[in-house]
Amino acid sequence: MSDTKKHINVYQQIITSGRIVIASMTICCLLYGLALLSFGRLVMQDSADGSLILNDHKETIGSELIAQGFTRPEYFWPRPSAVAYNASASAGSNFSPTNPALRHRAEAIITKMEAKAGNPIPADLVSASGSGLDPHITLAAARYQAARVAAARGLSDALVMGLLEKSAKSPGGPLTPDPVVNVLLINMALDRLKK
Amino acid sequence: MSTLLILLILGAAALLSWPAAKWMTWAMSPPQKGTGFRYSTESVFLRIGGQTAARDQNWKEYTLSLLLFNSFMFIVVFVILSLQQILPLNPDSKGVLEPSLIFHTAASFTSNTNLQHYSGEVSLSYFSQIFGLMWLQFVSAATGIASLAALARGLSGKTNMGNFFSDLMRATFLVLLPMAVLASILLILGGVPMTLLGAATAKTLEGSLQIIARGPVAAFVAIKQLGTNGGGFFSANSAHPFENPSFFTNIIECVCIILIPMAGVWMFGRITGRMRHAVIIFSVMAVLLAGKVALAVYFESAPTAAFAELPVQATGNIEGKELRFGAVAGATWGVLTTATSNGSVNSMHDSFNPLTGLILLAGMWLNITFGGVGVGLINMFLYIIVGVFICGMMVGRTPEYLGRKVETHEMKLALLTLLVHPLFILGGTAVFALTPWGASTVNNPGPHGFTEILYEFSSAAANNGSGFEGLRDNTTPWNVATGIIMLLARFIPIILPLAIAGSLAGRKPAPVTTGTLRTDTFLFGMVILGSVIFIGALLFLPVAVLGPVAEYLAK
Repeated sequence: MSDTKKHINVYQQIITSGRIVIASMTICCLLYGLALLSFGRLVMQDSADGSLILNDHKETIGSELIAQGFTRPEYFWPRPSAVAYNASASAGSNFSPTNPALRHRAEAIITKMEAKAGNPIPADLVSASGSGLDPHITLAAARYQAARVAAARGLSDALVMGLLEKSAKSPGGPLTPDPVVNVLLINMALDRLKK
Repeated sequence: MSTLLILLILGAAALLSWPAAKWMTWAMSPPQKGTGFRYSTESVFLRIGGQTAARDQNWKEYTLSLLLFNSFMFIVVFVILSLQQILPLNPDSKGVLEPSLIFHTAASFTSNTNLQHYSGEVSLSYFSQIFGLMWLQFVSAATGIASLAALARGLSGKTNMGNFFSDLMRATFLVLLPMAVLASILLILGGVPMTLLGAATAKTLEGSLQIIARGPVAAFVAIKQLGTNGGGFFSANSAHPFENPSFFTNIIECVCIILIPMAGVWMFGRITGRMRHAVIIFSVMAVLLAGKVALAVYFESAPTAAFAELPVQATGNIEGKELRFGAVAGATWGVLTTATSNGSVNSMHDSFNPLTGLILLAGMWLNITFGGVGVGLINMFLYIIVGVFICGMMVGRTPEYLGRKVETHEMKLALLTLLVHPLFILGGTAVFALTPWGASTVNNPGPHGFTEILYEFSSAAANNGSGFEGLRDNTTPWNVATGIIMLLARFIPIILPLAIAGSLAGRKPAPVTTGTLRTDTFLFGMVILGSVIFIGALLFLPVAVLGPVAEYLAK
């Protein structure tokens, strides 16, 4: 192949590349995106917009899928979060098992929740989630807090326990035997009891 | 129960890989008839690409076109990321990105790595995510599929390897796009958001404000998983409840991670016409993968050393894991994502138990247990060539592979390609561990800090993209070093194997005799397994001891 021919070849290839860039962006970004946006809007509008939860005044109070911080005794508390439940900057702690910081964080929670060797705390209450936004705790972790919540609200333990049993779900059915509780939803249910 | 879940994921992927490969072979081959759907799509591709996309190319021309188009990919996205503050679809007013981060991100997504030194929901506009990164997730994966198709044609004895431009369009529009549409629909039905609305502001039950980032997540996550890309829409990747809201979306995403890499083996078998050989390769990969999953799940089911003797109920290590996926999901995903060069995560690898971390590192060091889309099998091809050569030497015959004699020239290229991988990982780790570039950026003390540096270079060199994310890696030295490594580690192992295939295809076919080493036997499987373990893994033994093993023993 002569030099001029090679030149023309590369020139043509640049044109072709440019045309494929335009075609693939139009189809794989614009049309693909629009088709899925419409599908989401038509079929699953609520979850397509982020599974937001509104109160009676139509104000957003959170998302069913996203943990929010709870510190008051009358609410169930979520797992610790490395990002303080900031839903616009997700992250885990990235502490390694040999990092003393991980142990110190667990010790602080153990002191706060008054866990003892005879009544050990469920591990999810001292382990941060990967996203910092895990909306769930295990049923065991919820039961662990039930007495505190009941006392703070002046409710009977049995009532709170009953509410927990009702709202606990196994995320994978028989494939995940450990049931979990959505913290925001259970706390909303508690608030509704009051009224 | 856990075993059942793992079998369900691997079994579903393996079963689906068979029809997927049939589809891919159909899509990547020229149309058989002058009418019908395949013929009309091909005519559309020719109208887009013109005469340049119709010409047959030998390996040199094919590689040149591949490099040219990939340069385009890099430049286009570099420009988009540089201008995101003035481009549309920016409801949350994301600002200017730092230049070395732009270089790193463009290199990362062009090379199918998706190592992320930015946080998606913090730094990028919807335009950058969709038209920049998601576009690259399609075309970089398509580049991988095209390369594998070309290699397979070369190894079946053709000096004409097809045409890169038409292969790229076939892989993008006929393979990846329909699969991504299907996966996105399943994810949307599973509760993944798909919206152009900006972040939502919520007033929580305790009265504080919570800004909830969202976006066109479903479309992005589908191709991120299918194309072994792995770059998340959000910083926490598939651990984020919006990227992966339930147990079931987690299974769908797991299957998507491994599906096309598995199907690639069958496609290779179909194009070369050597299905029994493909069965052997598939089995070797599957055995290694299953072994790694079993080990990782076992190591991760031990409680974290951090809580020893504290009043905490004994359970597997759940620091950095989400509850909705179940107990073994983190370790299983971790193995799949490092085996395939995907690199998405559903739990934080930095917080895994030390020996689980070692299994993940081994996945990236070998990079062949199904491997990246297209390129995983190309890596395996190198081990096969070396295995064939060693066997030939042992019996004193000129080695052959698929009916062609393998000579010094091919061996030089194969060994060179195999050696750049450890060179990048060990060299990079050595430099960064000894200088403040790396030493001042680690998040954890002791051997684990060393492992963070080692993991970052392994991930870059394997085009994987996962990380020990505690590492503060958005610095100029990290961005430049891993950016360059990702590009070299992407294109060297595509160019040189194509050169080998081109050179083999130019040889006269060697007649099959009783002395020929057959490639479809159990014995041959053992040969590949041996060359993978002895050549691929042993090189990394010293750093494995310095990092994860030392951490395990120290606790």
